[in-house]
Amino acid sequence: MKFGVVVFPGSNCDEDIIYTLQHIMGQDVVRLWHKDKDLQGADFIVLPGGFSFGDYLRSGAIAKFSPIMQEIISFANKGGNVLGICNGFQILTEAGLLPGALLQNKNQKFICANTYIKAETNDSLVTSQIDLNKALKIPIAHGEGNYFADADTLKKLDDNDQVLFRYCDYNGNITAESNLNGSINNIAGVSNKNRNVFGLMPHPERASNSLLANDDGLILFESILSTVY
Amino acid sequence: MENQELSTLETAKELGLIPEEYDRIKEILGRTPNFTELSIFSVMWSEHCSYKNSIVWLKKLPNKGAHLMAEAGEENAGLVDIGDGLGCCFKIESHNHPSALEPYQGAATGVGGINRDIFTMGARPIAQLNSLRFGSIENDRTKWLLKGVVKGIGDYGNAFGVPTVGGEVFFDECYQINPLVNAMSAGIVKAGETVSATSYGVGNPVYIVGSATGKDGIHGAAFASKDITEDSVNDLPAVQVGDPFQEKLLLEASLEVIKTGAVIGMQDMGAAGIICSNSEMSAKGKHGMRIDLDKVPVRQENMKPYEILLSESQERMLIVVEKGKEALVEAVFDKWDLNCAIIGEVTDTERLQYYAKGELVADVPADDLVLGGGAPVYHREYREPAYFQEFKKFNIDDVPLPKDLREVAQHLIAHPNIASKRWVSDQYDSMVGTATMTDNRPSDAAVVAVKGTNKAIALTVDCNGRYVYADPHVGTAIAVAEAARNIVCAGGEPSAITNCLNFGNPYNPEVYWQFVGAIKGMSEACLKFETPVTGGNVSFYNQSSDEGAVFPTPTIGMLGVLENAADMMTLDFKATDDLIYLIGESVNDIASSEYLASYHKIAASPAPYFDLEKEYTMQQTVKQLIANKLIVSAHDVSDGGLYITLLESAMPNNFGFAIETDSEIRKDAFLFGEGQGRVVVSVKPEQQAAFIESMATSETEFSYLGVVTSSGNVVDDEMYDTTAHAKSIYDNVFHNYLGD
Repeated sequence: MKFGVVVFPGSNCDEDIIYTLQHIMGQDVVRLWHKDKDLQGADFIVLPGGFSFGDYLRSGAIAKFSPIMQEIISFANKGGNVLGICNGFQILTEAGLLPGALLQNKNQKFICANTYIKAETNDSLVTSQIDLNKALKIPIAHGEGNYFADADTLKKLDDNDQVLFRYCDYNGNITAESNLNGSINNIAGVSNKNRNVFGLMPHPERASNSLLANDDGLILFESILSTVY
Repeated sequence: MENQELSTLETAKELGLIPEEYDRIKEILGRTPNFTELSIFSVMWSEHCSYKNSIVWLKKLPNKGAHLMAEAGEENAGLVDIGDGLGCCFKIESHNHPSALEPYQGAATGVGGINRDIFTMGARPIAQLNSLRFGSIENDRTKWLLKGVVKGIGDYGNAFGVPTVGGEVFFDECYQINPLVNAMSAGIVKAGETVSATSYGVGNPVYIVGSATGKDGIHGAAFASKDITEDSVNDLPAVQVGDPFQEKLLLEASLEVIKTGAVIGMQDMGAAGIICSNSEMSAKGKHGMRIDLDKVPVRQENMKPYEILLSESQERMLIVVEKGKEALVEAVFDKWDLNCAIIGEVTDTERLQYYAKGELVADVPADDLVLGGGAPVYHREYREPAYFQEFKKFNIDDVPLPKDLREVAQHLIAHPNIASKRWVSDQYDSMVGTATMTDNRPSDAAVVAVKGTNKAIALTVDCNGRYVYADPHVGTAIAVAEAARNIVCAGGEPSAITNCLNFGNPYNPEVYWQFVGAIKGMSEACLKFETPVTGGNVSFYNQSSDEGAVFPTPTIGMLGVLENAADMMTLDFKATDDLIYLIGESVNDIASSEYLASYHKIAASPAPYFDLEKEYTMQQTVKQLIANKLIVSAHDVSDGGLYITLLESAMPNNFGFAIETDSEIRKDAFLFGEGQGRVVVSVKPEQQAAFIESMATSETEFSYLGVVTSSGNVVDDEMYDTTAHAKSIYDNVFHNYLGD
């Protein structure tokens, strides 16, 4: 499978996701520069974490105007698979490919910490193989990861089974204490209605190497690879 | 030049020069300098750039080692061979004075500056650390400073995309007005792909790249070389403003431009801006430069020549490029949408000649501006302060043994110098790069894997200013020893150090005595541990007019190497019934401990017990135990003493401990004394015999303390606390003072 990882100016988790896909998952990866207008035949697009354009104005607000985004939007509209992690998730909401928005964390500080998340559905490319009762330890690192959507949108997310992950405690209980950034209904990740665009704030690529004593994130990548192609 | 206003001695004094220096400048030029030229000399001869009051002693530091790829002072940062054809480039630097006035930008630009020192040499930064000192945490100004500094470091370092993997935070009244903000960075470069800060080749173009030049930070270097006073707020324009996004682009573009092979030399612009990089690169390459200041991209109109030359606007680089390869360079900066302007060319004059609007506005010899060239060098007088002998009269018998040592334990756990720094570290991205091995497995030093190899580097910053104040020589030797101990406890081999020497006013002989003592102590310890000094930074004038000098604080940043990353050692207890041993000697000593200082409120005591030879031997023993896989945890005894060490090993996995004290030693000294040279290890019961056999053949003392238990903190059968309760206090001290 050929993954395309987009590099925006200010992306800083691009090399981490490339390392995970290439060296740990053994996949082909192409780097897609934000000024490119060609996805180079990638089957699956990843928008990495970081601070695209310095997160100036608003996280992801400038990145959505990069030339490559036009290609990605049309790729997604044709059913192509796109995953946004952290800043990538923020860009996808800004670009209108995913519902909701990411607000400043409730404590108004950047938070880098291990969190636990629980998959809500197996009906998605990134969660197909995940035990829905298992709390996965996946770290967050963001200042604006407080997911928000209005009541109508939340209802649609639930009705259409679009919530991918919620923050939980070590035992899998969805509690207020485990929701560090203050996301509405503990939402950590969502998909679009067509189930081909995915976004999450936690970083599975930071939990995919036994050398770092945490490989809970591998199951997301294994899910992607087991489901398609 | 005729149209340029000539300077006067009065102006020279206002710029921080002394009369003898002004005379010397006239002698060098053979005429009276104009204002622009005088400004140039004033910043280049400031303490910050010239090290004029410290270089005599800095040269005495051990700076040799077979593994050093660049000697101290030779390049922007130290460069150490870590094997596999790789070098580690690392350095620590202060940003104390800017942070005292504007904590957010002061700290942020400190992070930016130290990272530029690393990537200007061609190395990609992979880890950052910082060492912070503040006044009392209960003080509102301290809270404002702490919040601003931490947010500044976080916002800059997080966006830049290099993990902040370690550091220290320490509070004492002496830092009330003048906090210390020291930032460290370490990067990796392939041997042979480094870039030097040099300039040569007549006719080669000189580029300025990155951000445009504005009026921020003018005379910043001179500002850093003065005492902080109430008037310092008037120096606010001397504080620079940082843009981590530009820095990230500059990092990628700089490393990319090096690959073109077009670069002759490169240096970042930090203190003293364009003039500093022009003069240092030209002096090193024994050439001159002709620079047209009208070609420098500026942020505002009508900037005066001296403003352009001295501006400390951040995120800029000076690059000398091989003539004919301009297109290769410009393509890279075009890709990254960064400014890239030719501002002049290399000449054979060895002089720096600056033009504005077609007129020569300054003409100065490069070599006379720089350290090692014509910059002044002073031997300062020094004198032992009276307190030094007074402190030595301390006698532990004069200190009453508290009735309830459980209360002492509670006091220490809740003290901000001991308690968890999670409030701080959670604001730093410690995981970006997916190479930080100590996020999920705590260890005495930060351990970062070097991708593409089996290796890891171990990094730590250490200094206890209270020890150094009590005895500069011993206290600084302890700082080096503790750093080495931390590296060893993490499974690493100590390799080399960088230092950040934070002291008061060097013209005060008693302050200078502290400086000299610190240099001597550092030298002695670095020779013993075979960790040469690769460079660093001197920050004098850390004092305020009303409170005197800060504790002398020579922060040690140490690099260690793990040949095999998987051999990392961790500090946490692993299972109940594992046996706890103390490696090293228990002594009847509470001198300069946090316990003595904050519980008994006794400041007058010498540095804690320290024996360099025994410390060294002890560390070799711990290395052997790790190599032979005879222990499952190792944690050094430092601030707060043995009890805190045990608790810190117990907390990560929610274990407890039950230990026995030694009747030969006062119980408070046993539990809370900070005598050096000790490490707490835990041993699997089935390995006890092999462990004891191994220890018996070593020359290091060791003693059985007790066992790992499920939850209690038990001393001599007395329940002091539960780990869960202690942790609930320990984890929330900062939050209680500072809010969520």
